[in-house]
Amino acid sequence: MTAATWRRVLPPALVVLAIAGIWDLVIHLGNVQDYIFPSVENVFRSLFRNWSPVLASALWVTFQEMLFGFLISVVVAVLFAVGLHSSATLRTAIYPLLIGSQAVPIVVIAPILAIIFGYSITPKLIVVAITCFFPIVVNLVDGLASIDPDLIKVMRTLDGSRLATLWRVEAPGALPSFFSGLRIAAVYAPIGAVFGEFAGSQNGLGYVLIQAVPQLATDLVFAAVFLLTVLSIILFVTLTMLERICCPWAGKGKS
Amino acid sequence: MTSIGGPAAGRPGPDSPATPEPDTGIRLRDVGRAFGPTVAVKGVSLTVPLHGHLAIIGPSGCGKSTLLNIISGLDDPGEGTVDVLGVTAAAGRLRRCAWMPQRDLLLPWRDVLGNAALALENQGVRRKAARSQVAELVERFGLGSFERKLPHQLSGGMRQRVSFLRTLVAGKEVLLLDEPFGALDAITRADLQQWLRTALEAEPRTTVLVTHDVEEALLLGSQVIVMSARPGRVAAQYTTQFPAGASRRELLRSPEFTELRDELLARLEEAS
Repeated sequence: MTAATWRRVLPPALVVLAIAGIWDLVIHLGNVQDYIFPSVENVFRSLFRNWSPVLASALWVTFQEMLFGFLISVVVAVLFAVGLHSSATLRTAIYPLLIGSQAVPIVVIAPILAIIFGYSITPKLIVVAITCFFPIVVNLVDGLASIDPDLIKVMRTLDGSRLATLWRVEAPGALPSFFSGLRIAAVYAPIGAVFGEFAGSQNGLGYVLIQAVPQLATDLVFAAVFLLTVLSIILFVTLTMLERICCPWAGKGKS
Repeated sequence: MTSIGGPAAGRPGPDSPATPEPDTGIRLRDVGRAFGPTVAVKGVSLTVPLHGHLAIIGPSGCGKSTLLNIISGLDDPGEGTVDVLGVTAAAGRLRRCAWMPQRDLLLPWRDVLGNAALALENQGVRRKAARSQVAELVERFGLGSFERKLPHQLSGGMRQRVSFLRTLVAGKEVLLLDEPFGALDAITRADLQQWLRTALEAEPRTTVLVTHDVEEALLLGSQVIVMSARPGRVAAQYTTQFPAGASRRELLRSPEFTELRDELLARLEEAS
C-alpha cells in the first residue's frame, strides 16, 4: 500500500477502533448484560460460532438478492432514463409518477409482494430493485441533461444525429453522475433485501435478524448487521473502482 | 500595400443582384430575429464570396452570435432570407456549415485524435479509420506529438487548435467561428491568429468570424462588418486588402492597418 492509501484508510480505521474501544469499556464498566447490548468481542465470537451453521448461507442468500436486484434495477433504470431523456412527452407523463412511487413505503410493498410471490427470491429482487431504482434514474436523467447545450449544437453542425449525440456525448458525459446514483443505490440495496426477507423468507440475513431478536440473541443480531454493512461497503467500493476505470477523466477539471 | 477602406452603406440595398452568382458563399437579405420582445438583429444584409473571410465586430449583445446561429441553420431567421451556397432551408444550411464556439467544448474522454475524428464518426466512418484519417491533418497542423493526449493535459491554446481541427474535419464548405480565441491570453491569442491565417490559406473555406477584437477582425477577415448595439444592424462595412504573405507583426506595424484599425475603433464606439 502506498503512503497515500494509508493516509486515506488509517483515519477511519482509527475512528472505528476508538468507537469499539469505548463501546467495550462502557459495557464492562456498566456491567451490561449480553442480551441487552453485547460487547464487540462477543459479537465477533457469535459471528465465528454461527458462521458455518447460519451466517454463511444467510450471507450468500442476501448477497444474491442484493446483487441481482441491483442489476435488474440498473437495467430498468437505464431504459427509463434514456426514454425520459429522449421524449418530452414521456418526461411529463412519467416523471411525476416516478417521484410519487418513491413516496410509497417499501415496508408496505414488501408484504404484498410476499403474498403474491411467496417465499421465493422474486419478491426480494423486486423490493431491492424498487429501492435502488429511484436514485439511479434521477441521477442518470440529470447527468444526460447536464451536457452543455453548446456542445449539443456543435454535434448538430458536425453531422451528429440524435443517436450519435446520445452515444458519443451525452452517455459518456453522464457516466460520473450515473455512478453517483449507483453508489447511493448500493447503500440502499441491502436494506431492500432485508425488508424483502422480513416480509417472508426462509433464509438470509434479514431472516436471521427476525429469528434472533425474539430469542434475545442480540450478539447474533449485531453479527448479522455487521455482515450487512460489509455487503454494502463491498458493493460501494467495487462501484467506486469501476468508476475510476470507466471515467478516468472525471474530476480532472472540465476545460 | 493598399487598403480599400471606406464605409459602405448599412444595407447594400437594391444594387445587390437578385440571384446569387455561383461564387457567392453566404448571402443574407434583410434578416431579423427576435426573442420574445427582444429584437436581437434587424435588417441585416450581407454577402460573403466563396472562400471569403468575413469578420463581424460589435458591442456585446449586438446579435453577432445570433447571426452565426441563423447562418448555420441551428436557428431560423424571423424575417428575411439566408442563402448558404444556394441553399436556404435550415437543414441544408446545417449540412454545409460547421460551427465553433468560444469555449473549446472538447470531449474530455477522447484524446486529440478522437476529438478531431468526431465528425467523421458521425458521418459513419469507423472509429479506427476515422482516427487514421485525421492523424495526417493533426500532424500537419502541429499537434502530432499530442495526438494521444486528453484535453485536460493540453493548454488552452492547444485545446482551441484541436477544437478548430474538429470543425475543419467535418469537411463543411462554411466555417462559423464564434469568438474562437476570446477565452485565451493575449500571447496565445496572437499565436493562434497567425496559426489560423496559415490554416485557412492551406484549407480555403468560406468563413464568418465573430470577434470583439478589432485587430483580430482585420487580421483574419477580408471583409469586416461593424454591428450596432441591439437591435443589431450593419453599421459599417469595410474590405481589407493586405498583402497575403505578410506576417502578423508586419501587418500590425503597417500604416494601412493602423489607419483602418483606428477607423474601426471609432465606428465601434459610435455603435455602442
